[in-house]
Amino acid sequence: MMDALLLARMQFAANITFHILFPTISISLGWVLLFFRWRWLATHDTAWLTAYRYWTKVFALTFALGVVSGITMSFQFGTNWPGYMEKAGNIAGPLLGYEVLTAFFLEASFLGIMLFGHGKVSERVHLAATFLVAFGTTLSAFWILSLNSWMQTPAGHTIVNGQFHVLSWIDVIFNPSFPYRLTHKLLASGLTVGFLLCGISAWQLLQNKANASTARVLRTGITLAAVLIPMQMFVGDLHGLNTLKHQPAKIAAMEGVWETERGAPLLLFAWPDEAERRNRFAVAVPNGASLILTHRADGEIKGLDEFKGAHPPVAPLFFGFRVMVGMGILMLLLSWYGWWAGQRRGWQVAKLPRPLLWAFTAMTFSGWVATVAGWYVTEIGRQPFIVYGLLRTADVASAVPSGKIALTLALYVSTYLVLIVSYIAVLKYMAEKPETVLADEAADRGRTPVGAQTANLPAREGGAS
Amino acid sequence: MTFEDALPLIFMALMGLSMLAYVVLDGYDLGVGLLMHRATDAQKDVMVASIGPFWDANETWLVLGVGILLIAFPKAHGMVLTALYLPVALMLVGLVLRGVAFDFRVKARDTHKGAWNTAFFAGSGLAAVSQGWMLGHYVTGLNTGWQYDLFAAAIALALPAAYVLLGAGWLILKTEGDLQAHAVRWARLAWLPVVVGMGLISIATPWVSETVRERWFSMPGFIALLPIPLMTVATLGLLRLSLGWKRVLGTLCWVPFALTVSMFLLGFFGLAYSLYPYVVMDRLTVQQAASAPASLKFILVGVVLTVPMIAGYTVFAYRVFRGKAGELKYA
Repeated sequence: MMDALLLARMQFAANITFHILFPTISISLGWVLLFFRWRWLATHDTAWLTAYRYWTKVFALTFALGVVSGITMSFQFGTNWPGYMEKAGNIAGPLLGYEVLTAFFLEASFLGIMLFGHGKVSERVHLAATFLVAFGTTLSAFWILSLNSWMQTPAGHTIVNGQFHVLSWIDVIFNPSFPYRLTHKLLASGLTVGFLLCGISAWQLLQNKANASTARVLRTGITLAAVLIPMQMFVGDLHGLNTLKHQPAKIAAMEGVWETERGAPLLLFAWPDEAERRNRFAVAVPNGASLILTHRADGEIKGLDEFKGAHPPVAPLFFGFRVMVGMGILMLLLSWYGWWAGQRRGWQVAKLPRPLLWAFTAMTFSGWVATVAGWYVTEIGRQPFIVYGLLRTADVASAVPSGKIALTLALYVSTYLVLIVSYIAVLKYMAEKPETVLADEAADRGRTPVGAQTANLPAREGGAS
Repeated sequence: MTFEDALPLIFMALMGLSMLAYVVLDGYDLGVGLLMHRATDAQKDVMVASIGPFWDANETWLVLGVGILLIAFPKAHGMVLTALYLPVALMLVGLVLRGVAFDFRVKARDTHKGAWNTAFFAGSGLAAVSQGWMLGHYVTGLNTGWQYDLFAAAIALALPAAYVLLGAGWLILKTEGDLQAHAVRWARLAWLPVVVGMGLISIATPWVSETVRERWFSMPGFIALLPIPLMTVATLGLLRLSLGWKRVLGTLCWVPFALTVSMFLLGFFGLAYSLYPYVVMDRLTVQQAASAPASLKFILVGVVLTVPMIAGYTVFAYRVFRGKAGELKYA
């Protein structure tokens, strides 16, 4: 039997991995929808309205999966880590509370109006509802990342009798790693959505299922990705430097530096051997890691030997980091080439080379891969602590017997596997049948209870209403 | 009593009201889900449409309720969720299935629609039964023993019946024609199990807990409290009568839903009176479980600022969709 702590961590990791996939899409997709919505009002080109309606359906599905897995998480704080809430509840509680009060109700309430209210409220109110949903999802990211960052780089508190008490809320909320992590996460969300827009549009082109909106969506996706990826690389570098300052053990594990050294090499590949505390099969660029992290060829990188018994497992961080960076490089190459190819053809997307469309299709969920890999680096990198340097994960775990945890873990994981397969299958089906999706959308709105206003949509909307 | 002493009480009240809001609001969603298998395919679409714009926000009240338990009473949060570990997990799986089925059932290919309708029904059922089981154990102080399990099992059947009554009331209010007439019949079916369940709770809570017994059955409190059970009986009686009225299909379509909500309100006040000042019956009082006043004050500022706004835009959303849900009529 595996020990209860490991099972509790696996269960929480499974849930949080499943959960993060969906907000990563909905945070930025909300703003993209606002953009589509605004282009429709500005140009009265029905292609933008079609794009809005179609991607609203994707948003609704994604949002629902995010909500239900988020509710599960709100309970798992208590079921899996009761000691965390007892010791750090004075800090974690209010931050979570503000997320519920300012963000969850806002997005959930206006989502109904956004999805079913078009034609029942005025265009202006509907545009405002779309804005409030996007704003709500972003505000939710603000609060939860503030708490996550506080657990990585705690600040603004004092510890009395083992309990955390707040000294300054400003210092708690805007703790040292928060601005970097928030920016990094929001850009990751933008990139994930950029490649999702590209991937689904490219698949529609390959399947001869493109409509008037496909070109606009694909152009939006490529432009979004091409603009955000260099920004992400820059911010990622800053985030790494911030981690080096506050969590050097995490950096040592990411770079596979077992002993403190000057002029540490950049390992392109290696097999970290935890038992012998060395790397096998290393392929390295001399002085590379020192140059990147200290911006000096002979800069000193602290090794794992300085953090014995208090550093994270090396292999998941080492590989996770390389998967994330590798994805980033692929994203850069593909989005810049794609933008250049699109520009050269005057954005006549049907003329784009088929290998490019296949590449975009293959990269549809590349944002998910990079995001999850990055989160594994930062979260496993915090171990063995739950609040970095101050509170160990083992000390806050629940006393629930491991058999019960194993049972519920199996229950959650099988549910999540079914749902993730269904989600991808339904996205594929929706991509191949856009006309069915739009007809169903109109039928849905038709059935919803009518309100004060009758339809005042411009006549040019066409057959959708 | 100083302001700092009052803080835990304020949060206890807020938590209770959030849970009440959740039970009533998501209760009608879950009730509609439980009635799905009795409806035709066209009626299923209308039933889902009647709750479509609201369910997301309704479910958020549960997050707020558990959130306040977590924020204001972290010790109780750990105790309750550790004791109810399995039913919590089952409820969550139920809520997950129910929530995703909302979206999958209209977006998946037609051959899969039936499976997602089943998931919607099964998820609603699993969530409702688990909540009933948890309520049963919670009101009897999280004790272990066959008699407590038996009681919890009875509540695990009674709460879904109460949700069905709410859901049927909601459909009488928000639909018309055949579906509305069916909903009246469904409400009549659910009425008796609800009456039995309410009776069971009223008898069993004082029976298993001496605290509750003394609280309710000592003079002169007994006389002062008499209106609560009397009003509950009157509400249940009137509800049964209203289901026979002709005008319940017309201008009085709001009556069964309103009466069912009143029944939940009365039950809530009865339970609140039994429990106070405990947050976990006979084990942990509100004051013992509360977190630091500084944190409670910080979050209270947020509550005072946001709860009126939440109430405002919730009312707005219900106004926007205040009419009847129906079969593909374009307004």
